[in-house]
Order: sequence, then structure tokens, then C-alpha cells
Amino acid sequence: MTALPATTERKLGLVIDLDTCVGCHACVVACKGWNTENYGAPLSDSDAYGPEPVGSFLNRVHSYEVTPPQGAPQIVHFPKSCLHCENAPCVTVCPTGASYKRQEDGIVLVNEADCIGCGLCAWACPYGAREMDAAAGVMKKCTLCVDRIYNQNLPEEDREPACVRTCPAGARHFGDLGDPQSAVSLLVAARGGMDLMPEQGTKPVNKYLPPRPRDTLRAAPDNLAALCEPTTEGLGGFLGWLDRTLERL
Amino acid sequence: MHPAPSIIAFTVLSGLGLGLLAYLGAGLASPTGWAAFFWFGLGYGLTLAGLAASSFHLGHPERALKAFSQWRTSWLSREAVLATATLLCLAPHAAGLVFWGRPQPALGLIAAFLALQTVLATAMIYAQLRTVPRWNHWNTPTVFLLAALTGGALLLRAVPLAQLLLAMLALAMVAHWVIGDQRFAAEGITSESATGLGARGAVRLLEPPHTGPNYLLREMAHVVGRRHALKLRVIALVCGAILPSLALWAAPEALVAWLLALVLHVLGVLAQRWLFFAEAEHVMGLYYGLHST
Repeated sequence: MTALPATTERKLGLVIDLDTCVGCHACVVACKGWNTENYGAPLSDSDAYGPEPVGSFLNRVHSYEVTPPQGAPQIVHFPKSCLHCENAPCVTVCPTGASYKRQEDGIVLVNEADCIGCGLCAWACPYGAREMDAAAGVMKKCTLCVDRIYNQNLPEEDREPACVRTCPAGARHFGDLGDPQSAVSLLVAARGGMDLMPEQGTKPVNKYLPPRPRDTLRAAPDNLAALCEPTTEGLGGFLGWLDRTLERL
Repeated sequence: MHPAPSIIAFTVLSGLGLGLLAYLGAGLASPTGWAAFFWFGLGYGLTLAGLAASSFHLGHPERALKAFSQWRTSWLSREAVLATATLLCLAPHAAGLVFWGRPQPALGLIAAFLALQTVLATAMIYAQLRTVPRWNHWNTPTVFLLAALTGGALLLRAVPLAQLLLAMLALAMVAHWVIGDQRFAAEGITSESATGLGARGAVRLLEPPHTGPNYLLREMAHVVGRRHALKLRVIALVCGAILPSLALWAAPEALVAWLLALVLHVLGVLAQRWLFFAEAEHVMGLYYGLHST
């Protein structure tokens, strides 16, 4: 049924740290890898090795340049996937009931056996989080790795979304954002986690942590080159002893 | 948005057919025998051709019956249910006129009401989308309903009514363009709010996620069709409303003028519908560095 649940018991989602994301796209690859060989139709590619490669992805990393009124511009890498909105517009527009939001954990899913591939849910999503698979003709979207997080056959440390598990920078966090005492909720509170496009009224569950302000150089030292000279000052251990002994000779 | 031919054909043909059926149901014209067979056949034919065209847009048309289930929340589902209800409800009225020369005015009136509700539901599929500010406005259903009513009146050669509706359609189309051009900015959604980084400065896309195209860009960041937007607006307005009106005014009794008005009107509405999709900006484009002012 495409009516949204009034409330969900939990609000599982991601917290993405824009301060620590290095833009390596490992989450994109891990997502594509897991989701192409597990739940649902594979994420197909067309012309993968030709001049016009195009394919379905559930997670894409954009890179932005942010230019403050004063000071140097900053690069912000920006991973984007389904935000599992509380007020998900993609669910209510679905004519067949294939799109739904789970009452137990708030995950937004597509029942691919019911999807007619009309594409209206992708139009209704302000974030560009849903993509029609060209080969399967059904809508694909982030499942929050629903086939990992509850999977008793996986070791416990692997029971989180593939993108979170793989992130080498620790920029992605997974948890229950409905529980104010959960690690992700505390992180959001501490770092001022934000919603994307709040004007759209979608109430996204996923939160983004803004980049921390960069420190600034107050006054340049007199001799910058001197900072690069090798020095033995404060050198400890064997090398320090050797240096001091040789100095005394 | 991508101006898919299947969707343009769907909205234009079904609008034309349902407009005609609405008048036939309401008794504006009550042909009997073979004439009734022709007119109802035309109305049913256009509507069904439109619905068939829409199925070409689907990845899995064989599952289309499932689309009748979610009428409580989905305008697309409501459109399917209402279209079927219209055609079923009108059938006794049509059969009565064709075979026995006797209308079923009550059922006809209900069917006429359902036909207009179907056109409204079609328009609401687009008007409901907050992600496309140009569509998310009351003038979207206004244009769709007026186009259907005008097309129906022209088909039935109800000249005075058609003249009135052509004038209203012209105004509605212009309003749709003028208001539509302001809608994206009026929503206040920018690259800065889309990324949440506005507090830190101006946001510019440095690198897209992929070097190639993708489904999102093809479907929702269509820009090619906008290149000749002004010319197409003139074509839509002149062909869709002004020339048919002039033709009917110059020779209200002439068959040629009527046919000319009809053909020009359909061409104009096709141009209007092409622009309706091609010009519509999806907020998702902001993540790809589009629509920034």
C-alpha cells in the first residue's frame, strides 16, 4: 500500500560526514557490487567498455566547490543516495503499490514484482535517488542493504550497509535516527546534522554533517623556508642519543 | 523533463477523446445510428489510443492492471480508474443512441463528469509534483482541462462554444508560461539549500559523479528541447488558439475552415505539450549544476 505509515518504530538511516569524506567513490563501488549480486534485479550497465558507458547506481558522489565571501574556496565531496524520507513523495505517487515505506524500520523499498516501470516515483524524488534500470525495466533504489543489516549469515561487523562498511575515511554512519540516544543521533546533535532541501517537506531521515570550519593562518612566519630545514631539536631515543654524543665529540 | 513522445501522445489524444466524450455524454450533441457510431467511436478511439500510447512509456506494460489498485494516494492510479469508469459508464448511453436512438441522459451526465475528472487526474499526475515547480501550480490542470474541452468542441463543430474556449485556452497557455517562468525561483530552492552548504558560501559543481550520462540526466535534466522555446510558444499559441479562432470566424459554415481549425489546433496543442515537458525544470538538476541563477 502506498499510503505512508503515520509513524515508524525505528528510523534507520545514514549519517554522512561531509568533513571527512575524501571523495574516493569506494562507497559507490561497494554499493554497486553488493546490490548487483543480491536483492532484486542486478544494476545493469550498457556499453560498459565502449565509448558511451551508462549504468544504474544507487549511490553517487558529487564534488562541489564552496566559495566563502572571504578566504579560499573549499572542495566538498558529497555522496548522495536515498534519504529514506519520513514524508516520502516517491511512495504516495506509485500507482501499483510497489513502492512502500516499512512500518518497522522506516526503510523505503520497491517491490520489483509489482513495479510497472512508469518512472513517476523518480520524478517525485527531489534528490535524484531513484533510477530506472534500463535492462530490467524496474525502479532501483537504495535498500539500506536490507539484505545485510538483518542477515544472520554474515559476521556481526558486516551487518551494516555496504557503503558504510567500506568507507575508508569513516565518513558514513548507520543507525537508528529515531532513537535520540543512538550513536548516530548523538553525532547529528553534536555536529549540527542537516536536512537536504528542507523546502520540499520530505523530512529526510538521512542527515549530513557539515564540514568543520577550516583553521586559518594568522600571520606568516618571517622565514618560511627555515621551517623546512631538518632539525634534531627534541629528537629522542637512539637517534637522539647518537646525535647528542656525536655533538659532544 | 524528457518530452517522451508516448506521454505527449497520451495526454493530447486522451484529452481530445475525453473532451469529445464529455460533450456527447452531457448531450451537447445527440447523434443517432451510424452518426452516433462514428462520434462515440471517435471519442472511444482517441481515448483508448492515448491510454495505449501511455503504456509504451512503461518498463513492464504487462503489469498495467496493478495500476488500478492505489487510487487512495496516487493520481496515476486514479487516472486509470477514472478513465475506465468513464468508458464503462458511457457505454449504455452510446449503445442506446447507436442502436435504439434513445439516450440515457443520467448515465451520460455521470460519464461526462467522470470524463472531466479523468482529464483533471491526468493533469494532477504532473501538478502534484513539488519537484517540478513549473507544474506544481493550479494552472496545469486549467490548461489540460481547457485543451480537452476546446478540442472536443472543435471536433463537434460547436462554433460559438469553441470560439469562447479557444480564447480561454490562449489566456491559460500564456498564464502557464508567464507564471511558469517564475516558479522555480519562487520556490527558493538553490544549489546552496540542496547541498546544505549555503552557510559556507556559494556552491558550484566541480565534478559530476560520472563522466557519462545517466538515467537522471536523460529523464529529468532535459535541456535540448528548450532551445527553441520561444518559437514553439508562438507556434503553440498561434496554431493552438489564434488561427483556429480566425478560421472559424472567417467562415463559420465552411467545412474546410472547420477541418483547418481542427488540424491546426491539434498541432498547436502538441507543441504546447512538448514544451510542457521540455521546459519543466526538476529540482534534482541542482545537484548537477543546472538551473543555478
